[in-house]
Amino acid sequence: MIALLLRDLKLAMRAGGGFGLGLAFFLIVTVLVPFGVGPESALLSRIAPGILWMGALLACLLSLDRIFALDWEDGSLDLLATSPLPLEAVATSKAVAHWLTTGLPLTLVSPVLGLLLNLPTSGYLWLVVSLGLGTPALSVIGTFGAALTVGLKRGGLLLSLLVLPLYVPTLIFGAEVARRGVEGLTLSAPLLLLAGISLAAVAVLPFVSALVLRVNLR
Amino acid sequence: MASIWEYANPVKFMRLTNRVLPWVSGLAAVALAVGLIWGFFFTPDDFRQGSTVKIIYIHVPAALMAINAWFMMLATSLVWLIRRHHVSALAAKAAAPVGAVMTLIALITGAIWGQPMWGTWWAWDPRLTSFLILFLFYLGYIALWEAIENSDTAADLTAVLCLVGSVFAILSRYAVNFWNQGLHQGASLSLDKKENVADVFYIPLLFCIAGFVLFFISLVLLRTRTEIRLRRAKALMARERLA
Repeated sequence: MIALLLRDLKLAMRAGGGFGLGLAFFLIVTVLVPFGVGPESALLSRIAPGILWMGALLACLLSLDRIFALDWEDGSLDLLATSPLPLEAVATSKAVAHWLTTGLPLTLVSPVLGLLLNLPTSGYLWLVVSLGLGTPALSVIGTFGAALTVGLKRGGLLLSLLVLPLYVPTLIFGAEVARRGVEGLTLSAPLLLLAGISLAAVAVLPFVSALVLRVNLR
Repeated sequence: MASIWEYANPVKFMRLTNRVLPWVSGLAAVALAVGLIWGFFFTPDDFRQGSTVKIIYIHVPAALMAINAWFMMLATSLVWLIRRHHVSALAAKAAAPVGAVMTLIALITGAIWGQPMWGTWWAWDPRLTSFLILFLFYLGYIALWEAIENSDTAADLTAVLCLVGSVFAILSRYAVNFWNQGLHQGASLSLDKKENVADVFYIPLLFCIAGFVLFFISLVLLRTRTEIRLRRAKALMARERLA
C-alpha cells in the first residue's frame, strides 16, 4: 500500500499534473475574483473565506479524473485489482495520494492567497484548520466519483456533476468554520460537523469506492 | 404461496401492470381534475395572499412527489442490490426523470409563487437550496444511467450512487439549515391540526396530492414497461445478429 502510494506520488510529481495544476488553478481563481467583484478591500475580506473554499474545492475537482483514469488506460488498474492488496486499500491509497498532491498543498498555500484577498489576521488559523479538516473529505468523495466513472470515455464532466452535490455539506461547514473564525464567533458546532463528515467519509467511502470499482472492472 | 417477489418476474409484472395501468391512470386523471378544478374555481382567495395561493395545488404535491420519488428509487435500488431483480432496477431508472421533472415543477412554481409573496424569485433558504441540490442529484443519476452501456453495470453503479446520494442529500438538508435562516414557511400539511392549511383549501389539496401520487405511479409503471420492452427488443436484436 505504501509502495502504491509512493508510486502515485512520484507519478503526480513527474507528470506535472498533481501539484502544479491544482495550485495554479487555485491561484487563478483567487486572482480573478477581485477583477470580478472589484478591488474594494472591505468586501474582499468579507467574502475571502468563501472564495478560498470555493477555489480549493474547484481545484480538487479539477484533478479528480486523474485518480483512476491513467491506471485504467494502461491496464495497471486490473493488475492492482488482481494483486494481493485488497481493492479497499487501493481506493484508500489513491485518495491519500490525491489529498497529498492537492488537498494538503492547497491548505498550506491558502494563507498566502488569503493575503491577496485581504483576509483579516484572525481568520488565517481557522482557514487553515477548516481546509485541513475538510479537504480529506473532498478527496475521498472525489475518489468515489472517480471510481463510478472510471470506464467512461468522457467521464470528466459527468464526474463533476456527480460529485458537486456530494461536496455541498463539506463546503457549507468548511466555509462556515472559516467565516466564523474571521468574525471571531463561536465555531465549535460547524467545526465538529465538518470533522464528523470527514471522518465518516474516510471511514465508509473507500469501501463503497472499492465496490464500485469491482463492478466497473467486471 | 404468492408473494410480492413474484412480480419481480417481468412476465408477471407486465401482465399485472397491463391490467392495473388503465385504472391507475384513469383514477389519477379523475383526482387531478377534481382537485384542480375545485381548487382553482371553487375556493375563495386567501385574505392575505389573494389568488396566488392557488398555485399551492401544484406546488405542494409536486414537492411531495419529488422527495417520494427519490425514496422510491432508494427502495428499488436496495432491492436490486440485495435481490437483483431487474424490474426493480428498471423501475428506479424509470422513476428518475419523473422525479427530476417534479423537482423542477416545485422549483418553478415556488419561484412564481415567491415573487409576489416574498418579492424575490429565489432565496438561499434551506428548503429551496436543498431542493436545488436534489435536482442536481437527479441530473447526475440520470446522466450516469445514460453514460454506461452495459445495463447491469449501470444498474449497479446508479444504485450505489442513489444510496450514497441519499445520505448526502439528508446531510445537505441539515447543512443548509445550519447555514441560513429560512424564508419558506414550515410544513403546511401534518397530522397536527394546528399546522394545517385552512379546511377550504385542504380538501381539494388532498385530491391534488392523491392525483399526483397516482399520476406518478402510472407514469413509472408505463416507463418501466417501456424499459422492459426495450430490453426485450435489444435481446431479440442480439439473437438475430448471432443467428
